[in-house]
Amino acid sequence: MDFTTFLIQLLNAVQYGLLLFLVASGLTLVFGIMGIINLAHGSFYMLGAYMAFVLTSMTGNLLLTILIGIPLALAFGAALEALLFTHLYKRNHLDQVLLTYGLILIFEELRSLTVGDDVHGVPVPEMFSMSIPLSDTLSYPVYRLVISAVCLLLALGLYLLIQRTRLGMMIRAGSHDRDMVQALGININGLYRTVFAIGVALAALAGMLAAPISSVYPGMGGGVLIISFVIVVIGGIGSVWGALVAALVIGFADTFGKVFMPDMAGLTVYLVMALVLLWRPEGIFRKG
Amino acid sequence: MNSRVSTFFKLAVLLGLAGFPFFGSVFYTEVLAKILILAIFAMSLDLLVGFTGLVSFGHAAYFGIAAYMAVLLAPQSEAASLWIILPLAVLCAGIAAFVIGIFVLRTKGIYFIMVTLAFSQMAYFIFHDTKLGGGSDGIYLDYRPDATIAGFTPFDFNQTSHLYFFVLAALVAVYVFLTLLLRSPFGRVLVGIRSNEHRMLSLGYATFRYKLAAFTIAGALAGLAGFLYAVLFGFVTPEYLSWHKSGDVLLMVILGGMGNLAGAVAGAFVLTGLQEVFADWTKHWQLLMGGVIVLAVLFMPGGLAALPGRIVARLRKGENNG
Repeated sequence: MDFTTFLIQLLNAVQYGLLLFLVASGLTLVFGIMGIINLAHGSFYMLGAYMAFVLTSMTGNLLLTILIGIPLALAFGAALEALLFTHLYKRNHLDQVLLTYGLILIFEELRSLTVGDDVHGVPVPEMFSMSIPLSDTLSYPVYRLVISAVCLLLALGLYLLIQRTRLGMMIRAGSHDRDMVQALGININGLYRTVFAIGVALAALAGMLAAPISSVYPGMGGGVLIISFVIVVIGGIGSVWGALVAALVIGFADTFGKVFMPDMAGLTVYLVMALVLLWRPEGIFRKG
Repeated sequence: MNSRVSTFFKLAVLLGLAGFPFFGSVFYTEVLAKILILAIFAMSLDLLVGFTGLVSFGHAAYFGIAAYMAVLLAPQSEAASLWIILPLAVLCAGIAAFVIGIFVLRTKGIYFIMVTLAFSQMAYFIFHDTKLGGGSDGIYLDYRPDATIAGFTPFDFNQTSHLYFFVLAALVAVYVFLTLLLRSPFGRVLVGIRSNEHRMLSLGYATFRYKLAAFTIAGALAGLAGFLYAVLFGFVTPEYLSWHKSGDVLLMVILGGMGNLAGAVAGAFVLTGLQEVFADWTKHWQLLMGGVIVLAVLFMPGGLAALPGRIVARLRKGENNG
């Protein structure tokens, strides 16, 4: 493999990993702080992608779509938490698995009823549609670089939110001892609702960003869900930093797995996960 | 529920099932056979989830491996002997569960759920990405196994009713086997591990070996179900090993009520039955299915197995009030 090809794959791996981080970070926050296993998290990614398709075909502009889509996703997340997830905190994990599995079925069918079962494409935004030439024949699309940059900015923002703000302080405290947080007079229900809404919005944003490069198709939530769970578990449940590292590891494993072992490409990610967990049964960055 | 009433009820259901092929059409006999096979599958998982406290999210791997063995180990142009290929397929599933169990049982809780998922996904991609079993298209089983032994043919799988009775017998055998197993000292240790593994360890039980044995037995029984499924439908695809399949069987166990073998069977009946009814009704049957699941979680904690007790309690309360 020559250097240019390697560079392209490297950029792809980083971009894929960072995109997965957006989905996985919400999942790990919801799991780590609220103790909820949410199988429907992949559906939010799917919802975001379909939102990108529907809104872009109306507005003709992906940026505008994202600006409209994020408040919608936040509101949707808050409503869902108030309506359903709030009943799950005291239930065991298996009840959560069952209910959120039911939600996957509902979301998929609602999608099928409203938008149909066809595969759709979303155009890459005009201003990012060019490519950077790397050699005489190979070039790299700018839009993928934009995705990486946006994801990195969001990761930084998430870091600042959690480490430097009052809300972040409550989130960190909540992940350690939720009873104590409540005893200190913090509105834990409001905190949960906020965290859940942020998680939904991040997953939906990942779906919106991915729509132009991956196309929009039924069942796209399922694959992302399983990979995101893999990332959450490898990174250590509840650790956002762990999710970032694990997402990049998985991005690399998947991208280079496809290059070096095309026959067994699907296997590599799970092989990496099994190896990591045999080495560290509680993930790389499990907090004590 | 009174245990005598419960036994009577189970026998009545069994009698009804045994009589079905004499009255029902071939189509519904096949549907019922499918449900019974999934009930075996659900009971095998209940041994892990309900009794040992090990939530496996990759149980379809053993189901699918045995299903593939039913095809791959059979000769190309004639029927395989049932008495050879059935034990072989079950053995393969058991060996796979044993080897994977050695690795996955090192982890606990949510990590156990995810590692079992990871291994089953690996098995899925081995069959999906390689040419071993026809890749993503799957592979056909051209001849149902032949039950001839020493020149005598007790039953013929080409007749759906015979296959149905064999499946029903297998279901009863698995139910009785698991009931006896759970009553034995071995089964008591498993239940002890579910309640408090540390205490069992300090009592001197090598819990890892017990868990591994349970994992292997559950895998082998899932293999029995997978083998029968392949014989019934005549083809095997990688979807048999997919996480959807693992999720479905987990749903049957949870919906039925964990730690209750009859509940697992009931879960298989209700879930598959609802699927058939809804799918008959509308193209968007999953919407109804999802709604039923969500409502069941919110309003029916403890699953179907807890339902008779709750109804009785409600009635008694009503009597007292009246």
